[in-house]
Amino acid sequence: MTALAVVNAQTIVDAVGLGAVYALMAVGIGLEFGVLRLVNFAYGQLIMAGAYTLAFTATWPVVWSVLMCFAVVIALSAAMDLVVFRPLRSAPPAVMLVTTFAIAFMLQAIATVVDLRDGQLGEVATSIAPLNQAITVGGVDVRKVTIVAVLVALGALLGLALLLTRTTVGLHMRAAATDVSTARLLGVRANRVVGVAVFLSALMAATVAVILTVQSPFVQPDFALRDTIVVLVGVVVGGLNRLWTATLGGFSIGFATGIINGALPTDKTVYLPTAVFLLVILVLLVRPAGIFTWGRQAPVERV
Amino acid sequence: MRRADLSLQVAVPALLVVAVGFVATTVSPETEIYFLNALVNVAIVVALYVFIGNSGVLSFGQISFVAVGAFAAGVMSVPQESKQGVLPQLYPLLRDHTIGNVASLLLAAVVGGAFAFVAGLPLMRLSGLAAGIATFAVLEITHNVLQQWTGIGPGPTTLSLVPETTGPFQATVGALIAIAVAFAYQRSRFGRVLRASREDPAAAQGIGVSVHRQRLWAFTLSGALAGFAGGLLVHFFGSITTEQVYLELTFLTLAMLVFGGMTSLFGAVVGALVVSGMDSFLSRSEDGIKVLGVTIDVPQGTRLIFLGAIMALVLILRPSGITGGREFSLAWLQRRR
Repeated sequence: MTALAVVNAQTIVDAVGLGAVYALMAVGIGLEFGVLRLVNFAYGQLIMAGAYTLAFTATWPVVWSVLMCFAVVIALSAAMDLVVFRPLRSAPPAVMLVTTFAIAFMLQAIATVVDLRDGQLGEVATSIAPLNQAITVGGVDVRKVTIVAVLVALGALLGLALLLTRTTVGLHMRAAATDVSTARLLGVRANRVVGVAVFLSALMAATVAVILTVQSPFVQPDFALRDTIVVLVGVVVGGLNRLWTATLGGFSIGFATGIINGALPTDKTVYLPTAVFLLVILVLLVRPAGIFTWGRQAPVERV
Repeated sequence: MRRADLSLQVAVPALLVVAVGFVATTVSPETEIYFLNALVNVAIVVALYVFIGNSGVLSFGQISFVAVGAFAAGVMSVPQESKQGVLPQLYPLLRDHTIGNVASLLLAAVVGGAFAFVAGLPLMRLSGLAAGIATFAVLEITHNVLQQWTGIGPGPTTLSLVPETTGPFQATVGALIAIAVAFAYQRSRFGRVLRASREDPAAAQGIGVSVHRQRLWAFTLSGALAGFAGGLLVHFFGSITTEQVYLELTFLTLAMLVFGGMTSLFGAVVGALVVSGMDSFLSRSEDGIKVLGVTIDVPQGTRLIFLGAIMALVLILRPSGITGGREFSLAWLQRRR
């Protein structure tokens, strides 16, 4: 309980905000894994592309700038599916993963070249930065964008739940996620299902791009790279085989990072990654199939 | 014929390495570093292959062993007279001793192997994605501790003044040692048993194989080779930061392994050499290269665009790597012809 005593309301609010953003990313990554069996490492570069779009359109009205961000991310995601994922659909998981590394590297390098045209690295998204103001509730600073992040995350999850359980396309997606070949035999059109999943995960990426850019308007080629890695870890720790467990995993790692950061003594916060990843190892050793996976045997290994 | 085929499996990768080492002695110093870098990469990728290739378990953690090997060898071989100045906060035991080149490479291997054994003891019970993420966690922790703890190393600053002893000779011999150890292991009883468990874990357990123990041996051996390769690396660079043995090196070396074909030693060596070669050529053209009297000077970063694109293309067209994950054999050449 000593650790909890140090954790104040401010820490919890920040942790929830971080957890909400990570949960959105986890939904995007989890959706793609569900239907494609692909851990998409290049997901962070989608977010980065969205953030650059916001920075480059900083002179436009905010609404247009945000719409442009969504358009770019969705187009890039669709292109990635068409050029990379579709030919790789039957490849071994390790190959798919390494291919997404290659794509991630390439996109990051392209961003560097484009960014360096003005001679210096990094662009500032000036127009949407004002959304980052804080309001004070009972001595706790809550940034407006944190509220937005939490609401959007809840809304997106609710919408997704309805889509997956109440619509035909959702049924097809769940069927494909369980067993692709049988689903295809029964008339599920794989490309359409994948297309929907890729579109939805791009929506998540664009949303995250907007939220993250509001929080830190200075955009560099490695924007969101660190977050993507942490979320990838989180979704596996949560359990990648179901969307819910993956999402909870994403939220948990964001929340846990926030809490541990607040609980560590100030001179020890540099060891935050060590603390978080030790926790990750411990959880994986106890529950290799995922912390939120109940009563299901771990599937045959895929990577 | 069978025996000749077998010896070719190790002789061809070894000859490739010797050839690269030989060419390195004939070119100018600024070109030489590309060849030496390729040879050090061979040692690292072969170390990765010993665990990943034989066990079929993807690990993102092997670069942690390269890192501890590099810093162990580096810290212990900084000359005594300058150590106080370069590493003021070092523990007395480390500060007051300095060892030679060969001893530091052996130390790197021992430290890498010991660390891998300790980390592998709990982690080798995992497989699949969980193993991948847990080994990645090891990389994060290693990087974080090495970067912050000034008692055992340079912390966030650059470790410099390490003797640059990895020339063409040491790089070639180092890569050859890695190849020889990897080959001996994969032909041994342990290696065969582990490969059997890669193909079918359930069947391997059914005939009495302890998959956990076999994976642990391979992980430890891989860690020792990785530590050794880290020693080669630090003696090649002469100075090193924790960022140089972290994410980018992890992705690059893994990409080399998958690019070459991750289930064969030949694939590991070819992948390392080909990708290093492409990388070198592209980074030369970033600095401006003269083709037919016209200087091509592409902007910084173009190298990674091309490298990423070429790698993605090869993987899409040939998912099992350019060697198809097979060892070198004459029959394979004839079939291809």
